[in-house]
Amino acid sequence: MTAYIIRRLMVLPIILVGVTLLIFAMLQVLGPVERSALYVRDIPHSEAALDAVIRRYGLDEPFYKQYWYWLVGRVDPETGETIGGVLRGELGYSRTGREPVVDTLKRRIPMTVELAIWSMFPIVFIGIWLGIKAALNHNKWPDQLARIVAILGYSFPTFVFGLLALLIFYARLGWFPPGRLSTEFSQEILKPAFVNYTQMVSIDSLLNLRFDIFLDALRHLVLPVITLSYLSWALLLKVTRSSMLEALRQDYVTTARAKGLSEKVVVNRHVRKNALIPVATIAGSTVAALLNGVVITETIFNLPGIGSAAAAAALSLDVLTMLGFALFTAALFILVNLVVDIMYGVLDPRVRLE
Amino acid sequence: MSADVVSSPVQLDDEYLDEQGRIERLLGPEWARLLKGIVTNPLSVAGLIILAGFVLMAVFAPVLAPPINENWNTRIIPRDGFSAEPRPPGTPWEKNRPETIPFWYGITGHDDWVHLFGTTSGQYDIWYGVIWGSRTALFVGSLVVTSSAIIGILIGSTAGFYGGWVDEVLMRLVEIFIAFPFLVAALILASILVPIFGRSIWPASIALIAFGWTGYARLLRGDILSTKERDYVQAAQASGARDIHLILRHILPNAIYPTLVVLSLDMGAIVLSFAALSFLGIGVQEGYADWGQIVSFARSWILTLDKHWYIIVFPGIALLLYGMGWNLVGDALRDILDPKMRGR
Repeated sequence: MTAYIIRRLMVLPIILVGVTLLIFAMLQVLGPVERSALYVRDIPHSEAALDAVIRRYGLDEPFYKQYWYWLVGRVDPETGETIGGVLRGELGYSRTGREPVVDTLKRRIPMTVELAIWSMFPIVFIGIWLGIKAALNHNKWPDQLARIVAILGYSFPTFVFGLLALLIFYARLGWFPPGRLSTEFSQEILKPAFVNYTQMVSIDSLLNLRFDIFLDALRHLVLPVITLSYLSWALLLKVTRSSMLEALRQDYVTTARAKGLSEKVVVNRHVRKNALIPVATIAGSTVAALLNGVVITETIFNLPGIGSAAAAAALSLDVLTMLGFALFTAALFILVNLVVDIMYGVLDPRVRLE
Repeated sequence: MSADVVSSPVQLDDEYLDEQGRIERLLGPEWARLLKGIVTNPLSVAGLIILAGFVLMAVFAPVLAPPINENWNTRIIPRDGFSAEPRPPGTPWEKNRPETIPFWYGITGHDDWVHLFGTTSGQYDIWYGVIWGSRTALFVGSLVVTSSAIIGILIGSTAGFYGGWVDEVLMRLVEIFIAFPFLVAALILASILVPIFGRSIWPASIALIAFGWTGYARLLRGDILSTKERDYVQAAQASGARDIHLILRHILPNAIYPTLVVLSLDMGAIVLSFAALSFLGIGVQEGYADWGQIVSFARSWILTLDKHWYIIVFPGIALLLYGMGWNLVGDALRDILDPKMRGR
């Protein structure tokens, strides 16, 4: 087991360096002049000033040198101060956020995490529950329903789904409004009496024992959570269903039934445990689906998370903000996949022997 | 396999072969089974019908939504003025009206051009957008899927066939590319490409290709790793076949089937991703005949969506059906090719 984990960990630095190289390579698509615009708020009009900017950030130097400056920073030849350096947490200045990219990320991550946390409930409950139901009723109506849910889930574009949800449940019925909180409460949470422990309104309101705010926050979360997660329900549903079907065909299940165990005991004790192992492996794809989804979902529902920041940045070519987002998502995604791989190795002994 | 059947010395009279036998002789047993599975499974038949509908829509676009005049660029949706307020279906078409009225127009119950599906802000006609958008969808889908499949197959088969350090390097490269969630990566690359290619289908398409090939590479590598150990490949190798001959003639034809599944699922998924990028405003210019681009107009009307539902509903249905058509076919293909499902 240790050898397996070490092997996985050894690949990690290669991937991380590769990811930063890839991000940096994307920047090279732009010429030095355009790239200088990424570092200063206004492109200087005089040629000399422009040259100074290019020299200051080393934008005319060879690729590998620039990559190094971008990664660890560079000592300014004139002032002697170190500038830039992704590893030093210098992600640059966000034009759309009008603040350093790091601050934008810090301020907006809680909203995105809040969405992701709430999305876990329907994903796990609907996805796994319906998947098991479908497999146990193979080719009967719960199975057909599951099939329809899965195909619809895969085929519905997130942005169309989100807008239709708003059309029906907000514009027509007025049940679930967009945004994060109603106006009266958004003032309330800025007051000193309201302590922001986590910056996630739905959780902070509980910690502050303000159930009125909690309910309002939930009301605003219903549509975004469904929009963000339905693709993952479909994903989980499909995997659970097929791996349950597979497990039901195994010899040990036949043996268990032949022993005279009730169907309930067979399913609970023998089938489900083994069937859920492959389900753990799609945790990675679920996180990917969520990260893709927040860009669209937060934009449609006007939520201040990192996804909507990335969408706004992409629209006005605020490359540094986008790269900050890319670094963050890639780092998170790599971490999740590592955890999943290790978990899989723990759950299924066959994997680590390979 | 197919070569054996065709060059078989015993010539069978065509009359004695039923139709299925003829198909099998023509395509080989595996392809014949695929074809039979697809046309007998009700779900995939539904999918094929939907897709045929879109192909017909694209082919007959000039009949369904005739060019408004000789100089009209078919990729840009015609607009009836410039006013900001969208207009509902059935509103008479005033400015810049199509010159001809097609023969089928009577069934709509109007004598003269109206906006059948309404207009967006800026008065782009949604009917024209939906109809001509089918060409954008089919074109972008095939372009992106073919290109990423070719890149993926090249890299995947090289890695799988040569193994060793070649495999190691190529697979690490793949891992780097899949460290980014697909849409996030495509969004970033596409937005960087916009200043270079201008606002067209190219930035989004290139970005989708750049991050879309990895799935094919991984899949094909795995298939080839298992196929190349088979006896017939070993035999061919022992008889002195060159690498390229081995790959093209013996390994690829037998390893390609799972790729077909991904190919058909991707034909839908890629168009949905492209539309999502258009919706976010990355890629095609305003007024381009693209379903996602039309829906993006709805972003300015979130508060009054119940009044302006037609901006989302018509292009939205087109996108949903298009994605569903490919998913139905892809799902059926997967079931047919899954050996565990064989004979069920």
